[in-house]
Formats: sequence, C-alpha cells, structure tokens
Amino acid sequence: MEQVAADILTVTLRVKRFNPAVDRKPHWQVFTVEGMEPTDRVLDVLHQAKWHQDGSLSFRRSCAHGVCGSDAMVINGANGLACQVLLSATGPDVTVEAIRGLPVVKDLVVDMQPFFAQYRSVLPWLVAEGDPGYTERRQSPEQRARFDDTTKCILCAACTTSCPVFWPNGSYVGPAAIVQAHRFIFDSRDEGTADRLEVLSDRSGVWRCRTAFNCTNACPRGIRVTEAIQEVKRTILSDRV
Amino acid sequence: MALALISTQVGAPGTLDPVHVHHHRYDAVIVGAGGAGLRAAIEVAGTCRAAVLSKLHPTRSHTGAAQGGMCAALANVEEDSSEWHTFDTIKGGDYLVDQTAARVMCAEAVDAVIELEHFGLPFNRTTDGRIDQRRFGGHTRNHGQAPVRRACYSADRTGHMILQTLYQQCVKRGVTFFDELMALDVVLDDGRVAGVVAYELATGDLHVFATKALLFATGGFGKVFKVTSNAHALTGDGPGLLFRRGIPLQDMEFFQFHPTGIYKLGILLSEAARGEGGVLRNAQGERFMERYAPTVKDLAPRDLVSRAMLTEIREGRGLGPDADFLHLDLTHLPPDQIDAKLPDIADFVRTYQGLEPKIDLIPIQPTAHYAMGGIPTNLDAEVVIDAAGTTVPGLYAAGECACVSVHGANRLGTNSLLDIVVFGRRGGRAMAAFVADASQPDLPADAGGDVRRRIEALKASSGGERVAVVRHQLQEHMMLEASVFRTEESLTKVAGHLGELRARYGDAVIDDKGAVFNYDLTEALELGYLLDLAETLVVSARARTESRGAHFRDDHPSRDDANWMRHTLAHREADGSVRLSYKPVDGGLYEPMERKY
Repeated sequence: MEQVAADILTVTLRVKRFNPAVDRKPHWQVFTVEGMEPTDRVLDVLHQAKWHQDGSLSFRRSCAHGVCGSDAMVINGANGLACQVLLSATGPDVTVEAIRGLPVVKDLVVDMQPFFAQYRSVLPWLVAEGDPGYTERRQSPEQRARFDDTTKCILCAACTTSCPVFWPNGSYVGPAAIVQAHRFIFDSRDEGTADRLEVLSDRSGVWRCRTAFNCTNACPRGIRVTEAIQEVKRTILSDRV
Repeated sequence: MALALISTQVGAPGTLDPVHVHHHRYDAVIVGAGGAGLRAAIEVAGTCRAAVLSKLHPTRSHTGAAQGGMCAALANVEEDSSEWHTFDTIKGGDYLVDQTAARVMCAEAVDAVIELEHFGLPFNRTTDGRIDQRRFGGHTRNHGQAPVRRACYSADRTGHMILQTLYQQCVKRGVTFFDELMALDVVLDDGRVAGVVAYELATGDLHVFATKALLFATGGFGKVFKVTSNAHALTGDGPGLLFRRGIPLQDMEFFQFHPTGIYKLGILLSEAARGEGGVLRNAQGERFMERYAPTVKDLAPRDLVSRAMLTEIREGRGLGPDADFLHLDLTHLPPDQIDAKLPDIADFVRTYQGLEPKIDLIPIQPTAHYAMGGIPTNLDAEVVIDAAGTTVPGLYAAGECACVSVHGANRLGTNSLLDIVVFGRRGGRAMAAFVADASQPDLPADAGGDVRRRIEALKASSGGERVAVVRHQLQEHMMLEASVFRTEESLTKVAGHLGELRARYGDAVIDDKGAVFNYDLTEALELGYLLDLAETLVVSARARTESRGAHFRDDHPSRDDANWMRHTLAHREADGSVRLSYKPVDGGLYEPMERKY
C-alpha cells in the first residue's frame, strides 16, 4: 500500500446516491470531509459525512473491522469493505457506489435477498447422517486444512458482485455460493457432495465461471475464490473429491 | 412464510409518509440472530410457529467477531474437569456468580461443544483428530495451580465459525427469518408476554407480532463507551426496551474492559494471543504482569490485566507521546504459529496499524468489551423481575443481553460463547415447552402506537441537537468517568453529564424524514437506549461502595462481602428516575476467598 505523506487529509468523497422516494435515477453527491488521517477507514469518512453533513446518506455497517460483511461497496472502482480500506490506500479522492448486480434500494444499500437465495441453493450445511455418539467426529489436521480457506467467507457479496458473468446474468449462482459449497464438499465429514454438485453442474452453476479472477481480487478475507471454483469444476469432471 | 393477517394505514401528521402496520401471529418470536438467538431458534424449529427478527442480516451479528475459543473440559489434551471450570468461573467472577448456574453451564459445556462439532463446526484438531484445546485467561488446572488447555477453537475466528454453523443449521431447518427488522417495544398484558413491535428498515413499516413467547438475544451495549470492541449495532435495544416497560436490569455496573484492544480503535486482539505465548510489556520493555499475577502472569483474568495496564500507564510507564498505551509482544512466537493459530488478528494489526506482528510490538489499550449485567434470568432463560424469582410468563432472554448470572463481576474469556450456546439452547427448549400449553394472548388495538409516536416525534423534530454529537459526548464521558477506575466524584460528574445529554436528546433532530433504510432515524432510536443503559450503569456503580471484578472504586478499593455480596437490580420509576434494589447471590459450592492469581 502506498503511504500518503500528509498526516491530515481533506477528503473529497463522491457518493452515488439514489432515493427511491424522489429520484428517478441515481446522481452523484460530493462531500468535503476535513481532518481525516491516512489511517482512517473509508467507513470513517462515510460516517463523518453522514453524521455531520447529511444524515440521509444510507449505508450498512456493523463491526467496522472486516468480519461482519455489511459494508461491501465499490470504492474507487474496486469492490471492498469500507471498514477495511484505509485512506492511505485510496488517497484524498474517494468515490463510492453500491455493489453491482443486485438491485439498489437506497444509496449504497442493495437488496441482498437474491444473494442469500443463491447461498441457500447449495445446501450450506453439513450433511452427515451417521450418529457419531457422544464424541466428536474425527478429522485429521490435514483433512481440516483441506477446506480451511473457504471457511473464512463472511457472505459480504464482494466477490459475486465483482463478477462480470454475474452482472448481466443474476441467475448465475455466483462465486460466494460456490465458496460455501466448496467448504462442505472438501470437508471429510460431509456426505452431501452429490446433491451439491448436481446444483453446481447445472446451467446456472460453476460452468458459467470464465476465470476472470475479479472475485479473488475482491475478497476481503483473502480467499482464493477462483481456485475454489476450479476445484469444484474438477471434482464434477472427475466425479470424486 | 410471514403470516401477515391485516395491514392497516395510520395517518401521520404533516407531510410525513403514512406508517403501514403489519400484523403477525406466532407461538414464539426470537429477537436477535447472534449465537444465542440462533441456538434458541434451532431448538424451537419444527415444534411451533416461530420467527426470528434481526436488525442485521443474521450473519452480521457480533458473535462472528468473537475470536479465541469456547471452553469445555473435554480433557482432549490434558487432564481437566468441569468442576475445575466451574471453580474458575466463580472465582473469575469475583464470587458474584450464581454458583448453580455456573455449575450447569460448565457441565453442559462438553455437550455443547460436541453438538457444535456434529453441526459441522470446523474446530482445529489434534494430531489424532480430536478437537484441539488451548490456554485462556483465568482457566486453570486444579483450582488455580497453573493454566490449563481448555479452550476449543477454530484458529482465531471461533465466533465466526459458531455464527456460520448455527445459521447453517437454521437454514437447514427452514427457520423463518425477518431480516433487518429492529424490535422497538414489547407488549406485556396482565403480567405475561403478548407481543413485540418492530420497525422494518427497508420500508419504514411497523410490524406487530402477537406471540405466546418472546426471547431477547440482542447482545451487548458497548457503544456507551468511546473505545470499544463492540460493533456499531451493539446499542442494547433489548434490555433498553424492556427496562422502559418495567423489567429491571441486573448488575449493570459490571462492564468488562478487554486488555488488548488496538490502540485508539478498540478492535479486539484475542486473549488467545497470550494463550499462545504472547506477553504484555511496558515502556521499559518489562513483562509487568509478573508483578501483578505471579502464578498465571499474562493469563490472569481480564479485569486484573486491564487494571494492571492502566496502573502502569498512571505510573508513567506507558508508551507514545501521551504515554497512554502498552505493547503486546508476539515477536518471540514461531512465525508459523502466528499464521496457523492467530491469522486474523495478525491481519488486523497489518491492516489497521501497518505493523508486522512477527517483528513489531503492537500498541494496545483496554477496550470496552462485554456487559456482565443485563436482563435478569434463571436457568431456563426465563426473565425474573425480583429477588423472589418471579417470572413474566413467556418472556425469555439469553446471551450477553441477559444476566443469569454466570459471569458475576467479571467474565472469563471464552465463557461468552459458551453462555450463548448453553443458555440459548435452554431458553429455546423452555420456550417450546411453554408454548405447547399456553394460550394465544390478546393484543391491545394500538399495540404499535407508542413506537409510531416515537418515530413521528423524531421525524417532526425541529430541534438543534445532532444525534452523533450527543452520542459522542456520552461515549467520551463514560470512558473518562465510568470505565475501569471509578470514584464517587467521577460517577457524580458523569451522572450530571447524563442528565444534560438526556435533555439534549429530547431536542434531537434528524435529516432523513424518509421511510427507506433511514439509519438516521434508527441511530436516534438506538441513542435513546444507550442513554438509558448508561444511566443504569452509573447509578448502580455509584451505589456499590466496594471493588469487585470489573467494578473498581479508587475510593473503596477492597471487596466488601459483608455488605455487597449481592446482585444489583435497577428499576425504572414512573418519574423516569432509577431505583435500586438487591437480591442475594446463589452461593453454596465455594466459599469466597481472596482472589489471587
């Protein structure tokens, strides 16, 4: 990350605004936010604008340190979490808009329900019928490591809404749902692989992926999303995990 | 899925949009979708008509930010027993813990962890494939002899895994969720639960739920303090709205400060960092905890460590231009141990501090972390309103918003994740049994009236006070005058400030008069609860003229068992003031002794 020399910044914040009650189409609003520091988050700038200039600016946020997944947005052209991108990386000109491919409800808030519907479609729970009794199922550290990367997903939608295949085709299940499926397919305890692969091999499934790698670049958790998708594709082709 | 029976429109004054009111009827409603709410939902799923309301999408809940682990005496890696865990919990809570509740929680801990594993939770594993365990503050072998490896964990994202796993199980069971509905009022009728009123963020509509049983699992209220590990959403809505309806709040003076928050930001760096071998150092590079807790050192309970840190700072051994922080030192740990066991907190340090924890010392300060107090409950998560244990039929609470009390005056690390799973499950089970026999209550005609008027008043206000300014001043005063060290003088001062801030809140204005995702409005509503809860904290703390657990009075530095071995109950009076009463601690297993580590 490039360090900005000055300690105190005046940030020019451009926000793509849309209020369904009054607007027919989105418009840009520019805020000048003074007194920021390079170590401040984009979320801090948004808060300063909302709290002290215009309270009608709407965006989701909660944990403010990159674990709850509420504040995915397009920041200077790239998907990221507003609480995880610092001004030292963006510099004093910050442009934010809602993530793409999901309906904008207001300002930076999109309708997440289509995204969660795709999540639910891959059977995102452990399928394991046998009763292990009053003890844990055994799993070696190596078996546990096999799916560690995809357990980190926080369902922020940064990956899915960065995908050029998803933008024009909302029926594509999308990277996040495939990541969730991967987390179970490669879990040695799971027995639901056949059902998940059936969902993922259909026409809105993994074969839509064109390996653009946008998802991997967008993931705020550093998950190797494209690789996970490729592993699922290979599993479908070889018919074994 | 929603049983919308009737929709009515109520005209609002002026140019404001009309408020739509939707009516629903359920057997059981759960408010909050963190660990406690989701675990309760799993228990009631399929047994009755149930719904979960959450002001966030469920997976945004702050359970997901918990890091280090969940303790249970599995004895997978060394000898352990749930009796030792019980003792540690009671001693850690400075003997204000209700001992039967602690025994139940620690005994059921083993089952709770096994169940989570069966649900699919990806715990870290031992070489023979069992759930791995590590050390954590205040958890010891054989009543304080040495640290014990009791915390079951999944790297340093155990809470994330619990939240995801429980949500997965809810999805599997087809649990009905109302996402982004914020509960704003409870309807009590003739001493029992009748319903709950919620505000829908996406539309601005009100939803009135008639229900036989209602469980609150809304989490903490760390946002009363300036430096906190808590999420923006943690504004104590559940305890706040119940308090206004006459439900007392217990032990509100006990608020835990976690020793290792990222300097200025308050972001949590797990105690697991010290469990894995990290140490705290002052400006002289000294490992100062050796002086304060010679046996367990850096793994002493959080109240002791936070006080020791602020004592170092007070005595001039802090770092930085203002000498107001200390260092967490992980540089002696093997780098691959940091990668494997502490990956997330290492990333937080890199992202927010621009430092490399493998080679740099990490600036830290205590951060407001956890409310030991809350809605008083019993072993079945039923809300109890007095010293006699009187319940409100149909009303339940679990998790951080509740006070069982298993944490007493100071919670041990990992016991919060344990609490949410054990008492979420117990609450869900009790609720399912209750609704099987209970009749459907009658709701008054205008059950949502108070909420509607509150919203209309805020939208119509032409006052001059910005919500963010009032909230900021609240957080500053609470941090300065009611945090780790308190005195009669500081508490009197903050009580005065709270009175002024409350008056200014009455003059609060919001910019957004709209219906759709009006967070300007919801932040104003949340501030109302924060002000109420801050007042209960300060009034309770001022009365307690002793030091116990997280409540430390410079002017009364000793524990006073003769006068203060009792729980505080704060009640809202008709005139708006706070009245205190007390109830005895459930002891009997262990005699209080001096707390040394």
